[in-house]
Amino acid sequence: MQNWIDYLYESLLFRNFMEVLGGLDNTLLLLVISLPIGFVLSLLFALGRVSKNKFISKIIAGYIFVIRGTPLLVQIYLIYFGLGSIKFIRESFLWYLLEEPFWCGVLALTINTVAYGSEIFRGGIQSITKGQIESGLSLGFNKLTLLRKIILPIALRKVLPSYGNELILMVKATSLVSLTTYMEMTGIARKIMAKTFAPVEAFIAAGILYLFLNFLMVQFVKYLEWKYNPHLRLTES
Amino acid sequence: MFKFEKLVFGDLGWGDEFLFATLMTITVSILSMGLGLCLAIITVWAKLITSSLARFIANLYTTVVRGVPELLVIYLIFFGGNSVVMGIAKLFGYDGYIELNALTIGTIAIAFISATYSSEVIRAAYLSVNKGQVEAAKALGLNKFNIFLKVMGPQIIRHALPGIGNVWQITLKDTSLISVTGLVEIMRQSRIASNVEHSPLTFLITAAFLYLFLTTFSGKFFKILELNYSKGYN
Repeated sequence: MQNWIDYLYESLLFRNFMEVLGGLDNTLLLLVISLPIGFVLSLLFALGRVSKNKFISKIIAGYIFVIRGTPLLVQIYLIYFGLGSIKFIRESFLWYLLEEPFWCGVLALTINTVAYGSEIFRGGIQSITKGQIESGLSLGFNKLTLLRKIILPIALRKVLPSYGNELILMVKATSLVSLTTYMEMTGIARKIMAKTFAPVEAFIAAGILYLFLNFLMVQFVKYLEWKYNPHLRLTES
Repeated sequence: MFKFEKLVFGDLGWGDEFLFATLMTITVSILSMGLGLCLAIITVWAKLITSSLARFIANLYTTVVRGVPELLVIYLIFFGGNSVVMGIAKLFGYDGYIELNALTIGTIAIAFISATYSSEVIRAAYLSVNKGQVEAAKALGLNKFNIFLKVMGPQIIRHALPGIGNVWQITLKDTSLISVTGLVEIMRQSRIASNVEHSPLTFLITAAFLYLFLTTFSGKFFKILELNYSKGYN
């Protein structure tokens, strides 16, 4: 038994695993900042997309079209390499943020998730039947109350599974930020590979961690679904 | 800022290089989508047969590949694939050094990723075909092959097409990731050009525009295909 544990402890995979684990906080930091901002902005953009104001709706539609039609990698590179080459950005206060690969990553991830998220929320908002809104109006709700008490609760519940999917895609998308020299889990795995010339062990160690992270995310979404859809719960016996 | 003069064709600009890069992206996308569809059909078959081992392997494959970042899968296949191929070659008595080219590896890697998405789409399409129709076909005396060819097949395609269109868009965008293997497709070409000309904005915007062009037009193509396959329904 002791022998076996020693063997595990000495193995390359385990040592890689511990080293990649050191990048977990950097990966999480990207998510912790970009996901909440992305969530709020997605909601606002979805409301703008369904609003009666044609101008706002068209602009948001164009934004969604462009972001969903291009790879995230292009967006990350455009922000990291592209924005830095514009002179007035380099001279403005924005440069303090954009010179860091971390903030470029956060910006790109947020821009990306808002485009996908707002389409998901739009679907949820548009799936609300007219009768529900009319009944709210007949109770004398103003627009804000209607939004807060009827539209959002119903829409958010409906889109939870598909938004959960988007959250998992975001966890996976953080790996692309490693290409801007930001050292999160994939970046560290690449560094290990360059050091040890053992690619399989390095990337499997990182893969296990990503799988675990996504597993947690799935459980979190399942919990939310359970909590906010009490009418769909199976009766406990 | 944006330098249009760098995008002309010929020796002065990067127009022709970008044209070839676009063709490379299209080639890789089509090859990996096709390979991915074949893999997906095998996966779906493994998930639907009674063998629990096959089902387990298929589920493990889709769960793992969809749970880890695409970039990691590409790294793993790009850097680890050579040793696997050499190991297989050793079994057959070949001891030399084999190096697969970036196109092959990139295609295989993207196909592996795309197959997991396609397999879900195809499985759902397969399950959505009404069982009564198979029974009706049997009652008409069609053999197994003809049932699949004339009854199941067309309906599976009809149900799967919108989903396959989505997977195609994902695959097309994922090909940008294999630029890390050094294959000169749109993404790699734009990095090379911006390093040479010191004007990243020009070439990255060009790349974004090319991808947008490809996704939009292939989306239109899939819309036409969908209409074609649902002729009997509207």
